[in-house]
Amino acid sequence: MATKKVVGAALVAGGGVAGMQAALDLANAGYYVYLVEKSLAIGGRMSQLDKTFPTNDCSMCIISPKLVEVGRHINIELLTLTDILAIDGAEGDFRVRVRKNPRYIDMSKCIACGECTKKCPVKVDNEYNELLDKRKAIYVQYAQAVPLKYGIDAEKCLMLTKGKCGSCQKVCPAKAVDYGQKAEEAVLNVGSVVLAPGFKPYNPKDFETYRYADDPNVMTALEFERLLGATGPTMGHVVRSGDHKEPQSIAFLQCVGSRDINRADNGYCSSVCCMYAIKEAIIAKEHAKYDLQVTVFYMDIRSFGKDFERYYEKAKAKGIRFVRSRIHTVQPLKDGGVRFHYVTDHGQSTTEDFDLAVLSHGLVITGETQDMSRKFGLETDKYNFAKTSSFSPVALSRPGIYACGVFTGPKDIPSSVMEASAAAAAASSKLSSARGTLTRTVNVPAPMDINGEPPRIGVFICHCGINIASVIDVPKVVEFAKTLPFVEFASNTMFACSQDNQEQMVKLIKDMRLNRIVVSACSPRTHEPLFMETLAAAGLNKYLFEMANIRNHDSWVHAGNPEEATRKAMDMTEMAVAKAALLTPLTENVIDVDPTALVIGGGVAGLNAALTLSQQGFKSVVVEKAEKLGGIANRILSTSKDEDVGKYLDELQAKVEADPNISVALKAEVGQVEGFVGNFETTLTNGETVKHGVTIIATGALESKPAEYLYGQNPKVLTHLELDERMKARDEAVDAARTFVFVQCVGSREPERMYCSKVCCTHTVHSAVHIKKKNPDARIFVLYRDMRTYAQKEDLYKEARDLGVIFVRYDLDSKPKVSESGEALNVEVHDPVSGRNLLINPDFLVLAAAIVSGRESELAMKYKVPLDEDGWFFEAHQKLRPVDFATDGMFMAGICHYPKPMDEVVAQAQAAAARAVTVLTQPKMTVGGIVAEINQAKCSGCGVCVAVCPFSAVKIDEAKGKAAVNEAMCKGCGTCASSCRSDAPILRGFTNDGLFAQIAAAL
Amino acid sequence: MSEFEPKIVAFFCNWCTYGAADLAGVSRLDYPPNFRVVRLPCTGRLNPKYILEAFKRGADGVWISGCHPGDCHYIAGNYHARRKFMLLHHMLEAVGLEPGRLHFSWISSAEANKFQEIAREVVEKVRACGPNVNFRKAELDLGLPEVA
Repeated sequence: MATKKVVGAALVAGGGVAGMQAALDLANAGYYVYLVEKSLAIGGRMSQLDKTFPTNDCSMCIISPKLVEVGRHINIELLTLTDILAIDGAEGDFRVRVRKNPRYIDMSKCIACGECTKKCPVKVDNEYNELLDKRKAIYVQYAQAVPLKYGIDAEKCLMLTKGKCGSCQKVCPAKAVDYGQKAEEAVLNVGSVVLAPGFKPYNPKDFETYRYADDPNVMTALEFERLLGATGPTMGHVVRSGDHKEPQSIAFLQCVGSRDINRADNGYCSSVCCMYAIKEAIIAKEHAKYDLQVTVFYMDIRSFGKDFERYYEKAKAKGIRFVRSRIHTVQPLKDGGVRFHYVTDHGQSTTEDFDLAVLSHGLVITGETQDMSRKFGLETDKYNFAKTSSFSPVALSRPGIYACGVFTGPKDIPSSVMEASAAAAAASSKLSSARGTLTRTVNVPAPMDINGEPPRIGVFICHCGINIASVIDVPKVVEFAKTLPFVEFASNTMFACSQDNQEQMVKLIKDMRLNRIVVSACSPRTHEPLFMETLAAAGLNKYLFEMANIRNHDSWVHAGNPEEATRKAMDMTEMAVAKAALLTPLTENVIDVDPTALVIGGGVAGLNAALTLSQQGFKSVVVEKAEKLGGIANRILSTSKDEDVGKYLDELQAKVEADPNISVALKAEVGQVEGFVGNFETTLTNGETVKHGVTIIATGALESKPAEYLYGQNPKVLTHLELDERMKARDEAVDAARTFVFVQCVGSREPERMYCSKVCCTHTVHSAVHIKKKNPDARIFVLYRDMRTYAQKEDLYKEARDLGVIFVRYDLDSKPKVSESGEALNVEVHDPVSGRNLLINPDFLVLAAAIVSGRESELAMKYKVPLDEDGWFFEAHQKLRPVDFATDGMFMAGICHYPKPMDEVVAQAQAAAARAVTVLTQPKMTVGGIVAEINQAKCSGCGVCVAVCPFSAVKIDEAKGKAAVNEAMCKGCGTCASSCRSDAPILRGFTNDGLFAQIAAAL
Repeated sequence: MSEFEPKIVAFFCNWCTYGAADLAGVSRLDYPPNFRVVRLPCTGRLNPKYILEAFKRGADGVWISGCHPGDCHYIAGNYHARRKFMLLHHMLEAVGLEPGRLHFSWISSAEANKFQEIAREVVEKVRACGPNVNFRKAELDLGLPEVA
């Protein structure tokens, strides 16, 4: 048989945040990516969110740079409106058959002006706003959609259904409408497949008792999210959809369609609803200009992620009321409110009225995804989530097919992003021999030397069809532009961004030797990169470009005042010309990248990161301060899926030892650190010096030593890991024990440690089930505050209850009391259900001791990366960059970031490796462009710039006593330039001269 | 006599408020045409001298707007901007600048309505101050920018 064919391309299905991340990581690692999306645009569920917890970041603001990056990536081919029909072949060489459905719009012509939508007579329920308002039959899903191209809803369009109308075609200034488009099939040859099909929110219409289907005062949380959204149907104004009244009181009902096997068949916890309900409650209160009363009815609050517990506390401090009760019936009131009858935690029956009820509905796998799993031969669990193991959390049952996001289980955005990067790593693990074989690069001519030439500015004023020209007197602006200093050429153009105009621009630059270009058109945020490419293609330095936004900031917002709008367009053009005249060519330099990683920490995270890097052909050095590898996992018995951790560690260690790409330094730590991304040099305490391009911190965390419940005083009191160690050693006393008490949250969720340790509830129920299965007569009590067995782990909690484990809830102000009398250990706890105190004499008292960070402040200082207030390493962005540090070339994995279970540790390790590969795969890195430099003559070496730089990019050169900017680390924010007393830092592209000229031209 | 139309120089960061102004355009939310926008990568780039320069050259008002706290694309630029702004604002008030001439806001790229609202508000407040005569430097050369 011939050598197996390996294709250097991958297919990613699903354009939500997980799919986008997987596509970007794969493309940036040297693979060609087909990103398949079934709707008109990418963005997925995240694009519908108003804010994201726990930072209240604006969802659209943080996702749109990612949308643009995907949309413009030269190695990502975006296939919208596309379905996957079949996957044939095997890992390395799949043939994926797809059907591209017609958009009825020529994407190369559509300029997204929106004239078609204005004229379209058909109104359709708007899915983006959860059907709360209407869109047209020709539409974009949302204003920031990528690709920003209209599409026709074939089921609703009059022309396509009845053959009459055609008004969009008539008004389209770009002649982009094509009713004749047909579906096309294609076969894509790829080496691997990543599935990120996402979820749909549970539809509560079948819950008759909640009255969602017929009472407008009962809505879902996603509908409520759209109400809160600035781009939503009420533009962020919270009103009831029935009578448009502002609600005075809102009730959130948790676990609708989750943790419910009676009506919903969904035994799992949806993982995100507690947090999004808290978020929506906080935002609603902020939006209301009055004292809005918000109550959350819940079973357990599951704020288990990083900074979630503080968010929950913040909500309580803001006056949001939390009531532990599951509402069974919503009774509509005549005046438009709802009434609940419920039983409180203390067993009292109560009635309460609210103006609006919001159902916190869970996440479910769609029927389409279920069909896909069946068709492609993928194993799923009973809830239709993809089956994975804790040790390979993104690999599916069919080799070569990987998954990320909610498909593998309900999860939030950062976990989805982490899994997406992990899936990118796994999906390319067998393809590295074909890396770079199918990717494309842009070839640009060497830029011409304009040194010493006076500015010769070319100005293009765009009509944008009628978008600009119907308001602004474009010819007048052109004539004005011709009078401006250094302008050699000025002209109007129908569509500045069109292909023919780009070619014209290249020709003019060459023929007239134009050396600065100004385009007065739309927003530089969307179009600047396109024009800069055109400049580069013409042999002009791409930074000699400036835009005036006379559409978004002018014609579109001053349509009622054409005269002032024209005057403004002239001013804006003058400002752009004034700045352009002072622009200088900016150089981009290349630096070498050392293709080696330093992995700090030899636990599960560090070893997986090193192995993943090795699969991609990169070397790594693993530094471990202990005598052996494995870290804290050495003390763990088994995972929540009952997988043997000891056996896994043995295999992992054997793989690492046999891997020629990995070298391990035991009993060693980081000594001295020099350098930056691409070129780090770290000296270890064993004297070894490592040159490395990237650093992965995976230093783990510790189990705390409790200072209460007689821990350390009575031998029957153990921590989780101590129990695991005893069980691993087949301890006879544990085997013979008849009564166990587990106490949860020992040292977690307390004022001095306001976070949840995330893994303890699952570990406790897993241990309890384990003991009960071995010894059905054992009596097990779990004393807890909120059970946090999130996602499919909820099944374990149910199994424990079914096996007879007794769960007793306690509050922080009535913690269990532990005492000893002779041999006996006494545990006393108040049971809120019976209202009585329970006294238990366990053989073992097992404490869920908090997981605490190692507070690696020295290490953090050496690599200039931050720790948060709890001592966890602090990521670049809590939602979208969960494994990156803000400092380039620095990544993190495992529980040094935050406590997490085995599967999430492995996923984060693979993710860190995937992110690292995007750096290591480039032999040379391009740096420079819009970055700061220091005017050495003006610098006094005071260090203000060093102090204000958020990226540690400025340093004082000790020999010269002056500041110096590292171009590889500078992001071009300009904070240094505006903070220096002597104007020594210069931000290229945004110089003082240029900005002063703009200000002068404005007035 | 027609109503006084103030000239206002606005400094927006690229990632949030400039985006909000873009979205206001997409949503066709009209507001008065009195602004001339200078786009900055980040409000952290805003040198206090730009504000003085604008007033010196005859701007009737200045509006600075960036990302919400915690949303800064460059982690903390907006905090630096706010500090500089507060200090300068106090100083300018001390030398007689009407508080209504200088404005600072946080508008995210999704808050087109807030953008429209604040834009209208800024114009009204600046209008109420009347023309800037005290801070304009009369003999200033308003001709061509010098070429480096």
